[in-house]
Amino acid sequence: MIEFDRVTITYADAPAPVLRDVNLRIDEGELCLVVGRTGSGKSTLLGAINGLVPHFTGGTLAGAVRVNGRSTAEHPPRELADLVGVVGQDPLATFVTDTVEEELAYGMEQLAVPPAAMRKRVEETLDLLGLADLRHRALHELSGGQQQRVAIGSVLTAHPRVLVLDEPTSALDPTAAEEVLAAMTRLVHDLGITVVLAEHRLERVVQYADRVVHLAGDGTVTDGPPAPMFASTSVAPPVVELGRLAGWQPLPLSVRDARRRAGPLREIITGRSIPDVRAEVPIAAAPLLRARGLVVHYGPVLAVRDVDLDLHAGQVTALMGRNGSGKSSLLWAVQGSGPRQAGTVDVGGADPNKLSSAAARALVGLVPQTPSDLLYLNSVAAELAQADRESGPAAGTARDLLDRLAPGIPDDAHPRDLSEGQRLSLVLALQLRAAPRVVLLDEPTRGLDYPGKRALRRIVDGLAAAGCAVVVSTHDVEFVASAADRVVVLADGDVVADGPTAEVIVASPAFAPQVAKILAPLPYLTVAQVDAALGSAGAA
Amino acid sequence: MSTTRVPRALHPIAWWIWAIGLATAVSRTTNPLLLVLVLATLGFVIANRRTDAPWARAFKYYLWMALIVIVIRVVFRSIFATGVGATDHILFTLPVLHTPHWYSGVHIGGPVSLEAVLASMTDGLRLGTMLCCIGAANALANPKRALRVLPGALYELGVAVVVAITVAPQLIESGQRVRKARRLRAGSGRGARALRGIVIPVLEDALERSLRLAAAMDSRGYGRTGTATRGRRRVTAALLLTGLAGLCFGVYGLLAADAPRYLGLPAILVGGMFCVLGLVLGGRRVQRSSYRPDPWRGPEWIVAGGGVVTAVLLFATTGTGVEALNPSFSPLRWPPLPVLPVLAILLAATAGVVAPPVPQPVATRSTRTSPRPEATREGVPA
Repeated sequence: MIEFDRVTITYADAPAPVLRDVNLRIDEGELCLVVGRTGSGKSTLLGAINGLVPHFTGGTLAGAVRVNGRSTAEHPPRELADLVGVVGQDPLATFVTDTVEEELAYGMEQLAVPPAAMRKRVEETLDLLGLADLRHRALHELSGGQQQRVAIGSVLTAHPRVLVLDEPTSALDPTAAEEVLAAMTRLVHDLGITVVLAEHRLERVVQYADRVVHLAGDGTVTDGPPAPMFASTSVAPPVVELGRLAGWQPLPLSVRDARRRAGPLREIITGRSIPDVRAEVPIAAAPLLRARGLVVHYGPVLAVRDVDLDLHAGQVTALMGRNGSGKSSLLWAVQGSGPRQAGTVDVGGADPNKLSSAAARALVGLVPQTPSDLLYLNSVAAELAQADRESGPAAGTARDLLDRLAPGIPDDAHPRDLSEGQRLSLVLALQLRAAPRVVLLDEPTRGLDYPGKRALRRIVDGLAAAGCAVVVSTHDVEFVASAADRVVVLADGDVVADGPTAEVIVASPAFAPQVAKILAPLPYLTVAQVDAALGSAGAA
Repeated sequence: MSTTRVPRALHPIAWWIWAIGLATAVSRTTNPLLLVLVLATLGFVIANRRTDAPWARAFKYYLWMALIVIVIRVVFRSIFATGVGATDHILFTLPVLHTPHWYSGVHIGGPVSLEAVLASMTDGLRLGTMLCCIGAANALANPKRALRVLPGALYELGVAVVVAITVAPQLIESGQRVRKARRLRAGSGRGARALRGIVIPVLEDALERSLRLAAAMDSRGYGRTGTATRGRRRVTAALLLTGLAGLCFGVYGLLAADAPRYLGLPAILVGGMFCVLGLVLGGRRVQRSSYRPDPWRGPEWIVAGGGVVTAVLLFATTGTGVEALNPSFSPLRWPPLPVLPVLAILLAATAGVVAPPVPQPVATRSTRTSPRPEATREGVPA
């Protein structure tokens, strides 16, 4: 169905090609998972399928890409629209019309599908994706999961043979992501549509894949069935890492497979003392930050209702909960820049809400969900110098901080050209320059791959070790399992759970990390813990 | 007419023809009775046949605009007096401002007569009513659906407008987000520096968004070339350019007093023909179909016809004297009520009954009570 024939893609001004000499065949009806680190060329590979690369992005493509026999050299993306449907990360940015029904019809109008057929296909697609109730709704008032389903529906109505999904769930909370992935697997099984998918959080999708395409990062591409491929990929979900550690053959890809295989492993490690995920931190009696009775509402809608929160030095707290549960509102209210209708915040005797923004910033630092909102100069050096000016004299410079967080970011780089993780580090360095003792991170894991998340964990550990209180709001259970001491779960503006990580996330089947599900009832959370337990066995 | 009528939206073009017809008719008369009748017609039709979409609620702003037009007209007429007749009824007298002798054409201040006020009022009313006609078309026809019936050659233009309408609220949202985020960095500077800190991230955001939108539109088949060849595209361009040039010459010929007679009407006709040909040919460049197109049936004919008949009747002043359409207020008297124009306007008013009823909002509206618009990327509330 899709054929890459000795494809080499080079962007202008790039020293080396992104993809080098790629030969790839994806057959009809396959679900093909594209894995690789950030910047390894996943989006380039996906874009090449319908010709967006290089027709739209620029660069040169040597070799040939053919879809159903049609070469992208002769056919620009619009001529392939009846064959390939593309869904991106942010559905709202790709909507052309403003209601669900019109959006579903848009692609067909471009393809000049007769009105009668259009009408029928819109109805079918509404049913297929469970959108019938939403047909007259405005697109911008839908939830993220609904929007992404509309985006998938809007390319499906053109009856493409191939569906290309570039990280369709990275902006969604776990429930919404489930909703989208369920819709996607139904398409594969019921319609036999060929799907090419790139996804960061592999633990959600590996079990559905028929073929895995691995981008090593140096331009080479290998492909094969999932189990053998994952023996050596540069990124892997915890279930696979556990499989690698335990030497299971073939590698299990789902919790179910792994659990059936895990009997002997469970027996070996039963009764062993369970290594701590994180070193025990002595909690000082007096918290660094004490918030009481916080209330935030927007018009009639209560976002945060009467929340108490204590943050202690050296403790990493994860803030979890579905989209719209009030996580961001709480963080902004604690920092003092966001609205707050009632309650008090006390940081060393001062309330950040009553101070100037410069003084508030020296008490509580917040990295917002879209870090790039804080960047407006045209080089990294200029941003750092600006931060030094804004923060006044203090030990060290923003540059030192940045080098400690993420070494090797050049001075003359444009902030927009940095990778997601580098940009996060840059903004964090700008915020840390004011030397706050309380650091709040709003969804920093979005868009980070596994190595990126490991780097973030090291940063967070470093901050905690330096005596900061850190709060990370996130949807990523695996990250929380390895990085947080304490978990606070919000729902509908209320705190519904607050306690040590192991207690809170193992207790709920939906929230538990993969390792916990596989090794239950043993309270293990991470692969590193199992590794340590096995290591102590070897020593004994 | 059948007993049960299926609710649907009337074709937007029918509403526009109807409204432009009425506006044309209005331009021919200053008879306040006829003008008020037209306003009543507009009100009746809108009350009967508008949806509850945001653009449909805009009519009251047009009414306010009309009122402002009348007020301005009267004020100007009172200040810049143009003389008073012997039998005029003087309402009040403004202090006279003596202009220098080289500027003696204009009188400022002086006595203001009832006749002059009435005349300027009806004049303002005429302009205001024309505004309201256009406002009625806006209130009755969905502007987005109206753009969809543009000829194929102008399709790109329509899409640009629709995209611009969609993007504007997003721009506001990202502006609010960035402004809020600035505080986190202790946005110290004021003036140009602070503006830079807001404008640059917002513009970068907008640019990125539009690139993504363009990529999405491209991969969904926007701008697929139809059967047109390069040669035909050139012919289209040539036709359109010649046509437009012809139209320009024609308008000049008609309006300029010293232009030769033959330049006017013929040039307009030929230019118009070329333009139509160009649009038709250009339309083949793009191949599209449209989803649930508005049909053109009986009601559309009647509504559009009503507008056209009214326009033609008042334009040709058939059966009525010019005097009845443009009554004079000196000497002061009650304006006449000519029968034929009244019937024509009443014919246009039948649109309020003839047009099919509008579809009722769907019951699922209740689900709209979702907590704050989730689209504003979770968190960062305005």
